[in-house]
Amino acid sequence: MPSLFSAEDLAFQAEVRAFIDAELDPAVRRKLAEHRALSKAEVVKWQRSLAKRGWATPSWPVAHGGPGWNAVQRYLFLDALHQAPAPEPLSFNVNMIGPLLIAFGTPAQQQRFLPRIANLDDWWAQGFSEPGAGSDLAALKTRARRASDAQGEHYIVDGQKIWQGMAQHADWMFTLVRTDASAKPQAGITLLLIDMRSPGVTVRPIITLDGRHEVNEVFLDAVRVPVECRVGDENAGWAMTKVLLGHERTGIARIGMSKRLIARAKALAATVPSCDGEASGSLADEPRFRERAALIEVELQALELLQLRLLDGPPDARASILKVKGTELRQAASALLLDAAGPRAWAAADEFDDEASADTTIAASYLTLRAASIYGGSTEVQKNILAKAVLGL
Amino acid sequence: MNFSLNDDQRMLQDAVQRLVEREYSFAHRRRYAAEPNGWSRKLWAQASEIGLPALLYPAEQGGLGGSAFDAMVVMQALGPAMPLDPWLPTLVLGAAALRRAAPPLQARWVPRIATGDWVLAWAEGGGCRVVADGEGWRLDGRIAHVLHGDSADALLVSAQGDAGPALFVLHAQQPGLTRHATRTHDGRRMATLHFDTVQAQAADVIAPPGEAAALIESVRQAGIAALAAEAVGLMQWLLDTTVAYLKTRQQFGGPIARFQALQHRAAEMLMALELARGMAHYAAVMLDEPDSISRGQVLAAVKLQLTQALRFVAEQAVQLHGGIGVTEENAVGHGLKRAIVMAAEFGRYDEHLALFAQRGGFIEAAA
Repeated sequence: MPSLFSAEDLAFQAEVRAFIDAELDPAVRRKLAEHRALSKAEVVKWQRSLAKRGWATPSWPVAHGGPGWNAVQRYLFLDALHQAPAPEPLSFNVNMIGPLLIAFGTPAQQQRFLPRIANLDDWWAQGFSEPGAGSDLAALKTRARRASDAQGEHYIVDGQKIWQGMAQHADWMFTLVRTDASAKPQAGITLLLIDMRSPGVTVRPIITLDGRHEVNEVFLDAVRVPVECRVGDENAGWAMTKVLLGHERTGIARIGMSKRLIARAKALAATVPSCDGEASGSLADEPRFRERAALIEVELQALELLQLRLLDGPPDARASILKVKGTELRQAASALLLDAAGPRAWAAADEFDDEASADTTIAASYLTLRAASIYGGSTEVQKNILAKAVLGL
Repeated sequence: MNFSLNDDQRMLQDAVQRLVEREYSFAHRRRYAAEPNGWSRKLWAQASEIGLPALLYPAEQGGLGGSAFDAMVVMQALGPAMPLDPWLPTLVLGAAALRRAAPPLQARWVPRIATGDWVLAWAEGGGCRVVADGEGWRLDGRIAHVLHGDSADALLVSAQGDAGPALFVLHAQQPGLTRHATRTHDGRRMATLHFDTVQAQAADVIAPPGEAAALIESVRQAGIAALAAEAVGLMQWLLDTTVAYLKTRQQFGGPIARFQALQHRAAEMLMALELARGMAHYAAVMLDEPDSISRGQVLAAVKLQLTQALRFVAEQAVQLHGGIGVTEENAVGHGLKRAIVMAAEFGRYDEHLALFAQRGGFIEAAA
């Protein structure tokens, strides 16, 4: 809606759209529109296009290569990517390890890693969760013992991580490890940067319900990590991750992705005969389909307004609402698409079979999205946060 | 879009909040309901002293020339009070209806409204027919469910002519016009208006048959935006009251606030409220949008979202108060009753949903 944004903002939005139209491989765009999986090469290529334009790291300070956008511009940029659709800059790199190093890394670490993070020369994974440490992350047990040898001071890391997104592509993993088992759980955690080519690192795929390989287990077996790869002080890791959780909530609701799902559902519905008889046209004309879509669209509009309200202010615990409702609405939109497809959605295909019918991704996107309300702080944990931090309960 | 209040709006908000604190408590409310009109003329006079009824009317006619955002501020601040007095039709709907009326017509009505002498009611419903009668018009028929219709000094009446709807402003004391009052569940009064050969002068016509549709639509939309703001204020009060209750109510050896199910329910109430807040603001923004289709879609969406959010918050507020929540004595349940009336003003939920959906919602099918 035009009234939401100034003329300047709309001009910026147009600039981003023009860039996407000019630079994004149409085949990649079509794949994303059909919710197909992208290859590593496709993701890297796009990130590098963005990096060349200076747009790969929207939220980084200008001193570290950020474009100097305000919060509304960052929002419009991400929203334009979601709606194109185009891939986001790789989140692990750009929203997680990048800001962590900017805030807590040494100059040497920043120089060594930040340019390679921005250009996706290094693909990063997040080594946080463990089988026994999901919502209760502080319960993590992967152990790092300090040692010394002819090559210098280092840690020996033993343990297991789980749910590492895209770790099969990762060159590095920023990892939370326990360095003090006697302290209170949060007080004995350290952040290490682990080279995934190190001896002792094993990545094992986990296939999710959508049939895709998106997450992994990572086994760490006496992995040697030089002390130069520790970020911040020993046992100071927990506080750093809390900063990360409060960082950069722009676009977190991924409203544009929900809009694309609804747009796809409406297009598909236009090809489904109405059960009200031939004369009634298609499913897309049926009031009950339109009304079901309408209810999601109304909530999406409300969510977008909340997102805009929260953009400019200081970190606000209400950002949890963006995660809860954002995932809820994406799930609702994927269910709308699924139900419109009926038995057409039953057929499955291999993850990288680009010739398979687009229909095979409908149930896949529904299934993929079931995880969205679980990772990144489950809906239930977010509600705990809202109750505590906003309502004081 | 700027979501913050400017200094004037902040002062206005403070003034109304102080008035609400001093004069609109739940105990006061019971006393006002027992008055002849079901609301207090004396309180209305007090509110008039700080210029509230005049807020949105044209300055040239004795109003204060305020904006839709000023209306939003006032209605939101009034929300917790669940006021019995005719705020919506007098503050908002009258100003919207008379905004572009001929200056002589404005001059006959606005000054007395602005000073607080006259209050309004909005009477719409297709049951009143109008035909030309010499220089003037003749109205016949019946309009039901007119909130404050029993005590209003002046009535904004939409009547159906052959060429289409018309909009009139009439003195409530009229030959041929009778009013039958009923109590509503939310503590207010409404009336069924009976028009039996009611004569209206040409000068009483805000817009004649066939020329009033867009105006009537804009008045309804101003009403929806104002209700949205009122609902936000009411929901905030319902949530605050509920959270306070959870913290103080002791069961099973401690405050019930420690139970996660209740924490989550309160978090869900918060989410509904925060989504509604932005929508109420957006409604005020869109009232001036020249494109009537996109304006209509947004206002319909606002009505839908606010109605659903208010119902949820009001129901859960009662639920979380346990037994006392369903008593007449406790203010919380009155929020639910207010929500009943607000839900159906300016069209039922399903009417707005049908129209919004039929027009394709906000999102087009993918190419």
